[in-house]
Amino acid sequence: MKKLLIPALLSALILGCSSTPIPDETGGAPVESRSGSSGTGVAPVVAGGVDANGLPRELTDPKSKLAQRSIYFDLDKYEVKDEYRDLVASHAKYLVANRGFKVLLQGNTDERGSREYNLSLGQKRAEAVKRSLVLLGAKEEQVESVSLGEEKPKNAGHDESAWSENRRADILYKAADGRGEF
Amino acid sequence: MNTMQPFSRRVFLAFFLLTAGLANAQLSIEITGAGANRIPVAIADLSGDPTASRVITATVRSDLERSGLFKLVDASGAALDENSPVAHADWKGKGADALAAGSIGRSPDGRMEARFRLYDTQKGVSLGGAAYVTGNEQLRAAGHRIADFIYEKLTGEKGVFSTRIAYVVKSRSQFLLQIADADGQGAATALTSTEPIISPAWSPNGSKLAYVSFEKKKPVVYVHSLATGQRHIVANFKGSNSAPAWSPNGSKLAVVLSKDGNSQIYSVNADGSGLQRLTQSGGIDTEPRYSPDGASLYFTSDRGGSPQIYRTGANGGEAQRVTFEGSYNVSPRPSADGKSLAFITRREGRFQLAVMDLASRQTQVLTDSNKDESPSFAPNSRMILIATEVGGRGVLSAVSSDGRIKQRLSVAAGDVREPAWGPFFQ
Repeated sequence: MKKLLIPALLSALILGCSSTPIPDETGGAPVESRSGSSGTGVAPVVAGGVDANGLPRELTDPKSKLAQRSIYFDLDKYEVKDEYRDLVASHAKYLVANRGFKVLLQGNTDERGSREYNLSLGQKRAEAVKRSLVLLGAKEEQVESVSLGEEKPKNAGHDESAWSENRRADILYKAADGRGEF
Repeated sequence: MNTMQPFSRRVFLAFFLLTAGLANAQLSIEITGAGANRIPVAIADLSGDPTASRVITATVRSDLERSGLFKLVDASGAALDENSPVAHADWKGKGADALAAGSIGRSPDGRMEARFRLYDTQKGVSLGGAAYVTGNEQLRAAGHRIADFIYEKLTGEKGVFSTRIAYVVKSRSQFLLQIADADGQGAATALTSTEPIISPAWSPNGSKLAYVSFEKKKPVVYVHSLATGQRHIVANFKGSNSAPAWSPNGSKLAVVLSKDGNSQIYSVNADGSGLQRLTQSGGIDTEPRYSPDGASLYFTSDRGGSPQIYRTGANGGEAQRVTFEGSYNVSPRPSADGKSLAFITRREGRFQLAVMDLASRQTQVLTDSNKDESPSFAPNSRMILIATEVGGRGVLSAVSSDGRIKQRLSVAAGDVREPAWGPFFQ
């Protein structure tokens, strides 16, 4: 059954959103109607509450606090602001409860000023989040901090709203089995 | 089906134009200022092969004119070579203080040879001459050598027309590390990557570039031999590796590593061995540059609460603060003559090129732009190359160290950034 389904699914993938019934060349099992609204013809399979990256839904479900992964900074600054204390604490709690999990902290800056200084500033931002996590019980080896400086802007604009979005540290997760976001 | 053909033709044409645009990613130069007292000089057409003459003579003239230090006096119709008798009074009468004349001949091994002589028409004497053997593909190089000779004889300082520059072009989703002549011509791509490339730095003999590449999804320092294309990793530690700077004798590089937490300055041998930590601060230490005598290092640090420029010994030790005005002074670059320090200063939210006279500590802001970055001195210390932004696009600009002469260099395709002016031709 499984063997027959794969070619059928592949041809479904190639033909995309065609609404006409797909002829079954192999004469095997008919293709079932697809659910899912993505329009790609592929419904992501969820087994055991794990998402497409192999991470628990707790980390990615938009309703979960742990799905909030960005910490924003003021111009030239790398202190974690009070408004992010709760968020950092939630992530620290998760890392304490799940010692096999790791996080990569990516520090970013806006486009203004020296690229090299911004690389260091991004590192400081990632490092500040790392220190908070470790202080709250995460282990050093669970947390790596790197910087992307101004090189990978999330918002390519050239105004304050773009800049404030780019002054940011992101938290990326990796599960104990090595699957995840980095 | 019949709508298909024009569509694919359009796609093909667009593809052709894009690739053609990339292949011709030459820099074009626009001069936006000139020196106050330009030396009037006449450059006669070289006699001999007319095609070769045209290329060489045009190169010499445009080099001298672009420097902002010379005014070209019309020499059309003058049939002269390096051995012709010169009517000094006539040239003086036309307003020329100096005259160059020459020819293209054959060297004993059958290649082309560009010969010329330079005259001081005021004193009615020859200032010397030279001959450069060249091939068809190196005619412009011969022109640059002649322009360097004339420049040095008339100004007393070495010319930089035969030098090269390195810079990064961001074209669509690609990053190209390119090398071009100082006039922006003859661009060649040394490295193409889908990830950012920053901070190219020339080795003192001009054969290698150190730079930071993100191709391993994080910043790593490489050294790249330009002639062979061979490259090796100099620093790839945990965290970020960046900001390479060569020691003046080329044996070592200062680099910035975050392996122990924050960005700190280390030195490492050019082959990646012998790592040694040079700074110890709780904050950011980055952008190291050796002084030309190799005895000290200038760098950027926020140890005092805002990013400022400091100086320490080449092997570390106590640091002295160098900049005090304003809350953001970064990217220190000492000139080769050791007299000045170029850097980027933030004034009322705008990032501008400044230069400090190291003896008097006087600082002068040289530009009126918003987004200057990455200064680098020409090896004769006269011009400073920077990245800046015009109309939302990255361009390169060369500014004389007195701020009077400004040239803009722009690439037709894409954003240009991270310039580095190479050493003297060797």
